[in-house]
Amino acid sequence: MTLWIKNGRVVDPLDGKIRKADILIEKGTIQRIGPSGESLEKGPRMEEIDASGKLVVPGLIDMHVHLREPGHEYKETIETGGMAGVAGGFTALACMPNTEPVNDSSSVTEFILTQARASCPLRVYPIAAVSLGQKGERLTEFGDLKKAGAVAVSDDGHPVKNSELMRRALEYARFHGLSVISHCEETDLSRGGCMHEGEISTRIGLAGIPAASEEIMVFRDVCLAKLTGCPVHIAHVSTRGSVDIIRRAKEDGVPVTAETAPHYFTLDHTAVMGYRTEAKMNPPLRGPEDVAAIQQGLKQGVLDVIATDHAPHSPLEKDLEFQEAAFGIIGLETALPLTLALVSKGILTLPEAVRRVSSNPARILDIPGGRLREGLPADLAVVDPDVEYTLRAEDLHSKSHNSPFLGVPLKGRVDLTVVGGRIAWRRRTKDTGRGR
Amino acid sequence: MTGGTVVSDFFHKDLLSMEQLSVEDIELILDTAESLKEISQREIKKVPTLRGKSIVNFFYEPSTRTRTSFELAAKRLSADTTSLSASGSSLVKGETLIDTARNLQAMSPDLIVIRHSSTGAPHLLAREVKACVINAGDGINEHPTQALLDLLTIREKKGSIKGLEVSIIGDIGHSRVARSNIIGLRKMGAHVTIAGPPTMMPYKAETLGVEVVHDPEKAVAGKDVVMMLRIQLERQSTLLFPGAREYASFFGLTPTRLKKAKKDVMIMHPGPMNRGVEISSEVADGPYSVILDQVTNGVAVRMALLYLLIGGSRRDTVD
Repeated sequence: MTLWIKNGRVVDPLDGKIRKADILIEKGTIQRIGPSGESLEKGPRMEEIDASGKLVVPGLIDMHVHLREPGHEYKETIETGGMAGVAGGFTALACMPNTEPVNDSSSVTEFILTQARASCPLRVYPIAAVSLGQKGERLTEFGDLKKAGAVAVSDDGHPVKNSELMRRALEYARFHGLSVISHCEETDLSRGGCMHEGEISTRIGLAGIPAASEEIMVFRDVCLAKLTGCPVHIAHVSTRGSVDIIRRAKEDGVPVTAETAPHYFTLDHTAVMGYRTEAKMNPPLRGPEDVAAIQQGLKQGVLDVIATDHAPHSPLEKDLEFQEAAFGIIGLETALPLTLALVSKGILTLPEAVRRVSSNPARILDIPGGRLREGLPADLAVVDPDVEYTLRAEDLHSKSHNSPFLGVPLKGRVDLTVVGGRIAWRRRTKDTGRGR
Repeated sequence: MTGGTVVSDFFHKDLLSMEQLSVEDIELILDTAESLKEISQREIKKVPTLRGKSIVNFFYEPSTRTRTSFELAAKRLSADTTSLSASGSSLVKGETLIDTARNLQAMSPDLIVIRHSSTGAPHLLAREVKACVINAGDGINEHPTQALLDLLTIREKKGSIKGLEVSIIGDIGHSRVARSNIIGLRKMGAHVTIAGPPTMMPYKAETLGVEVVHDPEKAVAGKDVVMMLRIQLERQSTLLFPGAREYASFFGLTPTRLKKAKKDVMIMHPGPMNRGVEISSEVADGPYSVILDQVTNGVAVRMALLYLLIGGSRRDTVD
């Protein structure tokens, strides 16, 4: 199949330019990127796509999602997570190991990749556990996991408490060419908390999770990266203090990279008021000064990546008392409009935004993608940046609907997602989205 | 106040928090409680006001005082009451609060009283049921009926709440009694000071509109009302304080410490007391203590709330 995407504004995250250009895709790769208006002989199996007024961007890459398979298929599967991904403009997802069983062995990694090949419309990159069973005791077999297809290791929501184990993980992971992703949380300090410890938790009577519980561990991991010279990637940064620690570390040449999630630069802790469990996640939504610092961190490049921490939960985990409800929200289908909002606000340029959601995660995980060049695999998204709409639960492709952004006005969405030269997803209706 | 003809100006479906009440609401509740108090002094302590109404007392957390108080209040107004406790309820069988709520609603009670260890649980229940809901304490959040009975007790003894100097001493951070009282007292114009070791203060406590002190002498000096909170000895494991002995010596209310307060100071305690820890027996049983008046007023305030929520006719249905 041949695709000819015409008249789009093509965003190049590497040289920072936006050009009107046509893209010819054949045999899964980008054959040619040329100025718009060139005539091409129309082949028999060529589909023309008019992208006038649209953006053409490298496919989004989410380096932090929970696909829930194996084990919690009632929340999400690799297939439905992938559908949510392509509907949100993603062409690759890196999935966290907290499945059941935990992805701490090559057989689980292989299972995930087999399922992905069979049913998932995008590229899936498994992240294996740092420690067996995510128990923080013994390292998993990094070499074997890497051979099976893992691209990184992380104990994510069960953060590695033992600092020596973390140090050895950093050293051993570099030896095998794996990234280490750290969920930073000093759990003795956060235990029992269910929202940010701040004026709102005091006002509405919920136990707090202090910013310090994140920052202590960010600082520890920075110290270990400095000690060992081995890179570490900090997951879902949510506080001003963490941004400051990472900024200073980068200035000192410490090999640290970091991500944040769209909710941390969009919402603050007031979103929890009314005990709304769809605004409950870990780390929690912080204060307005933290939101501002996260935005500045993205602008200044202290935060390299926007990742969603897509965490599907069913009503079984969410329609509960706030304290009992599970942490986490879905994010794949709202990441793009929330990121584009930063562009509208002048915090990021479009190419900078694309670097945060595509090029940088590709570089950190050492996987293909993140740029549009002749000869490279054709992973891209065609985006309508101007359409205004609201999302309803029934519009979602994810199995779960736990999002604080349903019913909220959004701007910008994906019309077409191409993975490996094939149309993985296409918006069906011609509607403008307004009033949907 | 025995018929269904009295017009109510109380427009709330539920009583979930002190936060939701206006000064006028609070005055109406206290006035109503005052007028109903007399029923509990009669030989036959029963009026037919809520005949035919059914009330469910739903206690997810153990409680003796509050639960008994609600039961007596309902019975004195002739309502039918049923009690559920966590150990006997579907909770232990894994049913969610929402399912329990829907099942209760299917039996058409008029009012549900709920106590729950989770903040916001009464709010969740109130969203799910048509019945009126009264929060009898949720997590560390609020205990509005306790604050109302405390306000009634203070108003009775002092005439007015406005301008009074009130101190609340203890584990403010984990006390729903303190939180509801802070909100209620401030609405009624009192100046509120909170005191206790720093480990027991909520984050940025001053944002609640109170003065924060850590010196027990200062907490008592010149006060009209001193409210002691129960120290939860079981919280020792959470590192908030080293032990009962040290707490008693630094923050326990003793006759010596009390001398700094105003001459006509009122001593309050929501119970149950740890005698010899946060309050000495001399103070608890002494002339300034109104601790048992609080309990008496508890029944009156709860009668008032039941009456205002499910008794009488609402103005909106009369006009």
